[in-house]
Amino acid sequence: MKNFTAKLAISAVIGAGVALSGAFADAAPKRGGTLNYVVGSKIPSYDGHKETTFGMIHPIRPFYSTLIRVNPDNPADPSDFVCDVCEGDVPKGEEGGTKFTFKIRKDVKFHDGTQMTAHDVKATMDKIIFPPKGIPSARKAFFKAVESVNVDNDYQLTMKLKFPTGSFIPALALPFNFIYAKKDLDAHGYTWHTKNINGTGPFKFVQHQKGSFVEGVRNPTYHHKGRPYLDGIKAISAPKLAVRVNAIRGDRAAIEFRGFPPKHRDDLVKALGKKITVQESDWNCVLMATPNHKRKPFDDVRVRKALTLAIDRWGGSKYLSRIAIVKTVGGVVYPQHSFAANESELLKLAGYSKDIKASRAEAMKLLKDAGAVGKTIDFSNRGVDQPYKIVGTWLIDQWKKVGFKVKQRVQPSPQFYATLRKKKDFDVSIDFNCQSVINPIADITKFLTSAGNNYSQGGDAKADALYEKLLRSGDAKEQRALIRQYEKRVLDDASVAFITLWWYKINPHRSYVKGWKIAPSHYLNQHLDNVWLDK
Amino acid sequence: MSKYIAKRLLMMIPTLIGSAIFVFFLLRLIPGDVCELRLAGTGLYADPAEIALCQKNLGLDQPLFVQFLDFLWGYVVFDLGDSMWTGFPVVHEISIRFELSLQVAIMATAVAIMIAIPLGIISAVKQDTWIDYIVRAFSIAGIAMPSFWLGILIILGMLIITQAMWGEPWMPPIDYVPIWEDPVRNLSQLIWPAVATGYRYSAVATRMTRSALLEVLREDYVRTARAKGLMEKVIINRHALKNALLPVVTIIAIEFAFLMGGLVVTEQVFNLNGLGKLFVESVGAQDFNMTQQLVKLVVVIFIFTNLFVDIFYAWLDPRIRYS
Amino acid sequence: MLNTSEIEVESDFEELSEKRPFFQVFFELIRKQPLGAAGGGIVVLMILMAIFAELLTVFDPELNSLEHMLMPPDDTFWLGTDQFGRDLLTRIIYGARTALLVGFTCAIVGATLGLVLGVASAYFGGMFDLIVQRIVDVVMAFPLIILALAVVATLGPGTQNVIIAITIPFVPQCARVVRSNALAIREIPYVDAARALGFSDMRIILRHMVPNVMAPYLIMLTSFLGQAILLEASLSYLGMGVQEPTPAWGLMLQGGAEEFAESAPWVAIWPGIAISLAVFGFNLFGDSVRDTLDPKLRSR
Repeated sequence: MKNFTAKLAISAVIGAGVALSGAFADAAPKRGGTLNYVVGSKIPSYDGHKETTFGMIHPIRPFYSTLIRVNPDNPADPSDFVCDVCEGDVPKGEEGGTKFTFKIRKDVKFHDGTQMTAHDVKATMDKIIFPPKGIPSARKAFFKAVESVNVDNDYQLTMKLKFPTGSFIPALALPFNFIYAKKDLDAHGYTWHTKNINGTGPFKFVQHQKGSFVEGVRNPTYHHKGRPYLDGIKAISAPKLAVRVNAIRGDRAAIEFRGFPPKHRDDLVKALGKKITVQESDWNCVLMATPNHKRKPFDDVRVRKALTLAIDRWGGSKYLSRIAIVKTVGGVVYPQHSFAANESELLKLAGYSKDIKASRAEAMKLLKDAGAVGKTIDFSNRGVDQPYKIVGTWLIDQWKKVGFKVKQRVQPSPQFYATLRKKKDFDVSIDFNCQSVINPIADITKFLTSAGNNYSQGGDAKADALYEKLLRSGDAKEQRALIRQYEKRVLDDASVAFITLWWYKINPHRSYVKGWKIAPSHYLNQHLDNVWLDK
Repeated sequence: MSKYIAKRLLMMIPTLIGSAIFVFFLLRLIPGDVCELRLAGTGLYADPAEIALCQKNLGLDQPLFVQFLDFLWGYVVFDLGDSMWTGFPVVHEISIRFELSLQVAIMATAVAIMIAIPLGIISAVKQDTWIDYIVRAFSIAGIAMPSFWLGILIILGMLIITQAMWGEPWMPPIDYVPIWEDPVRNLSQLIWPAVATGYRYSAVATRMTRSALLEVLREDYVRTARAKGLMEKVIINRHALKNALLPVVTIIAIEFAFLMGGLVVTEQVFNLNGLGKLFVESVGAQDFNMTQQLVKLVVVIFIFTNLFVDIFYAWLDPRIRYS
Repeated sequence: MLNTSEIEVESDFEELSEKRPFFQVFFELIRKQPLGAAGGGIVVLMILMAIFAELLTVFDPELNSLEHMLMPPDDTFWLGTDQFGRDLLTRIIYGARTALLVGFTCAIVGATLGLVLGVASAYFGGMFDLIVQRIVDVVMAFPLIILALAVVATLGPGTQNVIIAITIPFVPQCARVVRSNALAIREIPYVDAARALGFSDMRIILRHMVPNVMAPYLIMLTSFLGQAILLEASLSYLGMGVQEPTPAWGLMLQGGAEEFAESAPWVAIWPGIAISLAVFGFNLFGDSVRDTLDPKLRSR
């Protein structure tokens, strides 16, 4: 273990691995084989419209199609959407961006053999957007702009919006919008899909051994011709991280789609060398530290600002990226998006300076002025190791360095949410923002005073006004500038809530898995029709 | 005897009702609920109306006593309800896990017996010699190691050793196949946790074998046998062991009951889809109904095992008289 | 007249309880129970470590120094450092405090409450006994870890709540054993005699019944010590135990064992050894106490 040359070798192999996967990506896909993959979360119901967890997406998504999807061959691009069951290109809005016409493919069949038509798409979209009373729909709010969904003929569909919005197409591409058959909804009701599967996806459902695995087999009538390449898939449940890593090492599974910490990547590469390929990407998830504006002394902006000034983000990035799934220093926008702050813009924000000593001196001065030196923070954290508890331990230490005392309360997810959302009896809480399709203007709403998921119980009127302006702006350059002002308000001047570090997605997998490309979200690119095995 | 059994059966009723009340209200004291977890789990904005709807659909908006009566009524009509997380019937969710847990419990018990009885005998026969000390230290060491730590080291060791030997690392399967479908695969998954658990659970049984045997060896009839000049081996096998095993059987049976639901940590380490893992997941998802029924199942297994052990005991040992 | 009979009654109890000075028991233990003595030695070492933690190490157990993260054992960090650059030896030494705090608090409180409940239940009998025993039945029907998990889920993780969660299942276990022993004492006519002589319930319980159930009480208590430490580690593994940055062995394993078992094995090995050794010591010691006090005692 003391062998440092081994570490060099590891990094060399990782580089080679990334290069290799690129080189082979265009080779002719081979057919056959079953892809085993591990899933670290439990499956709730099978109903995509109702659920929000990747524990449902990873095993169930391959059985379904959506109207449009993120380009499976270019998932890193946040604006590259392609048709799935529609035909041709993704439509551009007509009538000032309020009307979208979709031509539906004529070769799409449900797994029970029936033909899929525009009526099925309409029934699905109606269920998502206008669910009948008593039927849950988790992402109804994403489609607030939609006025109606109309069938023009069996293979054409029109969607009308009340007002133009850039968030409509990304919302359509959400991987949760499974297309259901109208006849299933009519015959069996709107809850049938929680326990039954009849989709048009690349794989047909075979069996689900409760708590253990879900098995699927190749759909021979899949509409993307020649696909899928695999004969079958098997999603195996493994809640413990160590089991998932070992499963790949012992070849019980070929891949895990969420992400591993860096040390596990190194272990795998070291043990298996070229048999492991590593794909890495920035992740559209960020950990936040949210102060409670209703609790003294955090009602004082100086104290809140001291919290962010104490955090050495650049140093944290350097070291935490070796042990946790966080890495990138960033502002309110996903770091790889053109709307994100660049380094020189970041450096101007409180707590982003590279001179941590000066920042902490400023923090201590602010605390002294506010009369809050040596105050104890009741810090609420979520009982999940990666990355919550690791970042939490780091934050505690950072705050101690400006004289705070910290009492950490780590709770399992349900209790953590209750504290965050209902009881609100924390001084500072870990908070997070984890999105699937990247959509900066929608993603930064978490800081607005009125936002339902702004748990700081505070906000900033100036930032709210800036956001209103941003919504009505049509110019990308102006949008970017407005986001900078907004960012300065919420992270610095008003110190509403803080970004700590952005997540970093690392997917080491068996090198024989080909065709799968990493996306900036673990929700995206999970239909697996383009994956093949080089065995 | 039948009067005794009837009395024992009657005494089970308060235990069953008490545990139902206990688990029902304990769970409801835990803050948070399954709907918040389901809808706000990704940090997204969750519509309060959606959360309320979800709660209504699951009956969580009902007053507590209504929920409780509903829960009790389920036993009357033999309907254990559905999991609040997956929506599938509880019976359906539990059955596959029950099968696995039962098999692991049986295998682990077998391992424990195979370790405990010979070691206990050796330790008793060689009382207060270095052999006795080694045996006891070995058996206590098993219970001293945190089971998850041992499990992690076992799996890692397997991966490293098999790669060194055959070039490709090997680990036990991580998904379950029933033994009648594929016995080799089934056993190659379950043998490791069974051995690890069996070793742990042998500690108490080894101790019991030793002390019970020591006690019996001091009894008059053994002394008589010795005086008759019988060989030590014969004495132990024919006379002493039979009587000494009674308390050992008791302890093994009770441990068996706990193995059915209590392998919470081991199941995590070896990725076994058993009752313990289901319990952890259900508590983690605030799946009240699932947790309640699971706990009831474990309690029922426990009190019935106890009942059978006591009846067996009473039947075997006529000296025990119950009023 | 009354006085002499009182003395007689009490002297009979003295005989029954076989009181011996503590040091005598202690030396007998070393002579007859070398394993127990070894266990006791480990426990004493642990206690010393906990008391003199500040003197034994120069590092802070909680302060991060990320530039030293995951250093292998060397001259400065004798056992290496963890993922936050904290000295492992320091955390193990301070961790003994947490382990002893959890172990002794749970064992002593659990066993003592069990003693009170068991003796009271045996002495008063009747409805009180019936109700207490049904409650004991209920609690004992749950596997230890499941009960502890449920309690911690209700109260929330953290050292204090972990102690409560581990203590609760201990109480009925001890109560059950103490009660069955106390019942035997209760049946002896002396107790009735003492009552007839007008002694208060409290006095009879404290002077006559409690001393006679000390053996099972001590046996249960010592067996709880190791169990409590192991349970704490298991709860930590499931993410429901003691929380960062408190130095605690189970927590050190939970955060480090899985992730660094291979790339930085020292993070995973030392806390595991610390736990195993401590529990080993407590169990060896407990076993010997059991053998010394009552070789015939049968309890679960």
